[in-house]
Amino acid sequence: METLLFLAAAVRISVPYALAALGASINERGGVINIALEGMMLHGALAYTLGAFWTGSAWIGVGAAVLAGVLTGALHALVTVRLRADQITSGLGINLLAVGLTKFVLKAVFDSSSNSSRVAGLPEWHLPLLSRLPALGPVLSTPLVLITAALVVGGQWLVFRSVFGLRLRVMGERPEAAAALGLSVERVRSAGVLISGALAGLAGAWLASEQHSFTDGMTGGRGYIALAAMIVGKWSPLGAAAACLLFGGAEALQISLQGSAFPSELLQMMPYLVTMLALAGFIGRAVAPRAIGIPSDPEKDA
Amino acid sequence: MSEQAPPAAAAAARPRPWRGALLAGAGPFLSVALALAVGALFILAIGERPGEIYALMLRESLGTGYGLGQTLFRATPLIFTGLAVALGFRAGLFNIGAEGQITLGALAAALTGVALAAWPWPLLLPACLLAAALAGGLWGALPGALKARFGAHEVINTIMLNFIAFALVSWLGHFVFQPATVRTAAIGPGAELPRLERLWGALHGAPANAALPLALIGAAATFVLLFRTRRGYALRAVGLNAPAAEYGGIAIGATQTLAMALSGAMAGLGGVNFVLGYKHFFEQGFSGGAGFIGIAVALLGRNHPVGVTVAALFFGALAYGGLVINARVPKELVEILQALVILIAICVQGALERMARRLP
Amino acid sequence: MLAPAVSLEGITRRFGALVANQDVSLELEPGEIHALVGENGAGKTTLMRVLYGLLQPDAGHIAIDGRRVRIRRPADAMRLGLGMVHQHFMLVGPLTVAENIALGREPHGRLGSYGRAAAEREAAALAERFHLRVDPRARIADLPVGAQQRVEILKAVGHGAWVLILDEPTAVLTPQEVDELFEVLRTLRDQGTTIVLITHKLAEVRALARRVTVMRGGRVVGSGDVAELPVERIAELMVGHAIPPLAARRALPAGETRLDVRGLTVRDDRGLDAVRQVSLTVRAGEIVGIAGVTGTGQDELVECIAGLRPPAAGELWIAGQRGFSGRAARGPAGRAARQHRAAGLAHIPSDRLHRGLVPEMSLAENLVLGLTRDPALGRGPLLSPRALAARARPLLAGYDVRPPEPGARARQLSGGNQQKLIAARELSRAAPVVLAAHPTRGVDLGAVSLIHRRLLAERDAGRALLLMSSELSEILTLSDRVLVMFEGRIVHETTPDATDERTLGLAMTGRSRGAGA
Repeated sequence: METLLFLAAAVRISVPYALAALGASINERGGVINIALEGMMLHGALAYTLGAFWTGSAWIGVGAAVLAGVLTGALHALVTVRLRADQITSGLGINLLAVGLTKFVLKAVFDSSSNSSRVAGLPEWHLPLLSRLPALGPVLSTPLVLITAALVVGGQWLVFRSVFGLRLRVMGERPEAAAALGLSVERVRSAGVLISGALAGLAGAWLASEQHSFTDGMTGGRGYIALAAMIVGKWSPLGAAAACLLFGGAEALQISLQGSAFPSELLQMMPYLVTMLALAGFIGRAVAPRAIGIPSDPEKDA
Repeated sequence: MSEQAPPAAAAAARPRPWRGALLAGAGPFLSVALALAVGALFILAIGERPGEIYALMLRESLGTGYGLGQTLFRATPLIFTGLAVALGFRAGLFNIGAEGQITLGALAAALTGVALAAWPWPLLLPACLLAAALAGGLWGALPGALKARFGAHEVINTIMLNFIAFALVSWLGHFVFQPATVRTAAIGPGAELPRLERLWGALHGAPANAALPLALIGAAATFVLLFRTRRGYALRAVGLNAPAAEYGGIAIGATQTLAMALSGAMAGLGGVNFVLGYKHFFEQGFSGGAGFIGIAVALLGRNHPVGVTVAALFFGALAYGGLVINARVPKELVEILQALVILIAICVQGALERMARRLP
Repeated sequence: MLAPAVSLEGITRRFGALVANQDVSLELEPGEIHALVGENGAGKTTLMRVLYGLLQPDAGHIAIDGRRVRIRRPADAMRLGLGMVHQHFMLVGPLTVAENIALGREPHGRLGSYGRAAAEREAAALAERFHLRVDPRARIADLPVGAQQRVEILKAVGHGAWVLILDEPTAVLTPQEVDELFEVLRTLRDQGTTIVLITHKLAEVRALARRVTVMRGGRVVGSGDVAELPVERIAELMVGHAIPPLAARRALPAGETRLDVRGLTVRDDRGLDAVRQVSLTVRAGEIVGIAGVTGTGQDELVECIAGLRPPAAGELWIAGQRGFSGRAARGPAGRAARQHRAAGLAHIPSDRLHRGLVPEMSLAENLVLGLTRDPALGRGPLLSPRALAARARPLLAGYDVRPPEPGARARQLSGGNQQKLIAARELSRAAPVVLAAHPTRGVDLGAVSLIHRRLLAERDAGRALLLMSSELSEILTLSDRVLVMFEGRIVHETTPDATDERTLGLAMTGRSRGAGA
């Protein structure tokens, strides 16, 4: 029972990570580094809060969050794919923009630069069998948990079994080969970035929905941790999701230890330490897509 | 069988470096102009007039003695963090950890100043500076070593270390902060950096202090290191073409770790502006994002010590200007402008470089 | 009279100050094999990239079957029936043959799923039709170079190309694979395909083409039927003047051994043995040439001797000093590279942009790469720009590097000038051992001639040179002794007088008819 409760908590915590990491694995397979996950999530969280606040409906909030994520992704795609600027710096710039922009809007709408008013969260689904399971019931009744699981499986199929996924992987390995055949590298890569924007926005919606409000900086580095999970998961959607469960478990552990002998500040360090360890331990075996980070220039020599 | 007369030799690519340099130099100015233009949209969105707002910012931050002093005060840590990020970039590395490095550097300087408070200034001041540099340097060397040894990407690691540094400071605070505060005790008088207004009365009480000349010395030292020393040559070679550097007998991992250590040390020194020159104690949250703004400073300054100094002054003016207009426009506008500068600068730089390459 | 299949009229294309194509016109008749020849940098590849839509011309027109067309991107070219087999294959390593061939016209099910079985069937059918052997399920990265090239060709014809452009297709093939390729091209021609063959190898022109167009310095300088043009005339047109032949090699007495390699085994990036127990010696005053195609372990052998890749077994001595000794035995590659340099090794690397230069640094700075410890360059830890420039000027002049400005950026130089820059740096050191890997790859004939003369001068001055190349003519011209490498081993040893390109070519594929080493 204890373990099931722990597992349930881990699953809950890993939802935003999994969504972000899923998006990241898709767009990095296409060859675009996406450090902007943090900013996309933050925009999604704010959009959810505004949407739920103004209309009273949580699902409209979700729609707004996805839209905000897509728009942020569009900005990243514009800068890195269309204008071919440096991908890492673009991601950092977008994250900084999100911090400032969300506080600006927060101030303008709620007259406080640190938190919003309370908003509705997502209602539970009461599915016939699943909701009655011990310990896991509540988790499985949460709409976004099920949606996330479906998206992860869908993402795996998309990357490895669909024509889009085949072309996406080509863009990440040898975009010149695709360009020489007349395929548009920009279009496929941009699609990957927009997809990751939508997913990261959804992750933001989850965070705001769980908290029933928006607070400044509420993403707390999850976007970066999701990137690490993607690397540990070797750039595959299923692998990334599994790694996110691992990180979620670590965070659940940290929370359960709060109030014990361990000083809480040191416990707060745990997710970040675990990430660093994971990067040091696994990176030797994980190989990124070959053309990652390199903008595709159709006029340059092959 | 047909033949044509032999052609003249194809025109060789004659380099005209000044043209390329001109285009490259125009980049930062263009980026700033575009960023201000986008920022104007935000100002309009909340019903204010951009022209008035920008004029007010300019007048207050550079037009008065006190304002200039505030600008210089805010620019000083940005010179340090800008140099830090620039050093990293020159070696091909992203140091996003300047925020954590400056925090730990400041704490180390403060704790040294408190612990050795009785020492006279010729001993205490260098000790505090050394502590700041060592703390920051260690915090920078760590991700550098992880990259060298395991290939772990320094972007994520430096960001993680920022969070870890904040948690570390919170935890240490239990032992070193004054009760019910988030600040340490005051440092000894020997560690205090004098205010600049002692030399130049026009600054009227602005907190600009001797950390500024230290920053300028740091910029000069960075220039000499990068462009006039063998180590600097090795560092630049690693950043520009690591396999060729290796071919030339340069140890890449060691060079990168050294670069990150120097970068962290520079960022760590940025903390003394607040701790040794202004409040004379460490206070949690003092840095106000200086580590992240340093990235914008380095980009705008094209990773060159001179450019970094000028860019830091610009961002310092922007920061103080934001406070001045806060009643009418949320000061977060400044943060938005900073981010816009980063995004626009990288687009503009890339476009200008492509244009320069096509010039006859 | 049939309209020309493809007609290029007045094509001009610039890159900055460099005019790559100046008012070039070319006509291809249907069903012919047409050779486009010129030395490196003549503008042949640029012209074909314009035709294929990878580049836009600054002036001029293209006509297909007599109608003027605009080709803005490769998709347009492909739609018009043009196909290109690039010099560096446009293949995706981790994907299969079928996936690479199907790319862009993938068979798909509902919901956009990829039809693997259908793609594999299609690939097999294509191979059958054009008599090319491929395994649709194989991963590209696992295939040998000749097979990869066949996939490239199938990809193009699979997209419906009836005009095929091949850019230096034999650069990476063994002589036997070249023969196989020629058969394929003749089959394609007999089935009606028009073929443009970009090459600088005149033997291929004679063997395959019916007509030839010669380019030099961005312009067309001659064209006509191959049957009517002697090879010497084509060569003269390519170069613009007669190249002074190299002075005959003086016989030198054997000097002491300067480079000693014993039982060296080196692994490649995948962990497989690329060099298997190779032993060789090079003495003062001699050039030892190693012939072999790409992928036979040449690169790994060079990297090991240079200190950039540690051996799995065996030893090597450079001018009497043990390589990879002491602290350099473990640890990063830079340390061993430095040790080998200090022992007296100069190295002209095979990839000038990857290893040989820092393109963003100035010429003066590049001339001290690996040599910054020289105390003459500055006091203590400092490096003086004036000392660097002073050192650079005589070197740039002596090796005819253009432009001879110490402050210019290395990436602004042409390939030939970059190679001369590297040669200036390495050969001026008077190092007892010189390692030259593909020293004239992708370089114009003027620079080739200069580099060859300098290498011979070093030999006459008593240095020991180890030359690695896939250009057999270069090996035969320069070497005192010739070794052939195949699959990581030395399989043949001879001298230039006792052999010829045919025999060497056979040995390079593992079939040796004589004394093996």
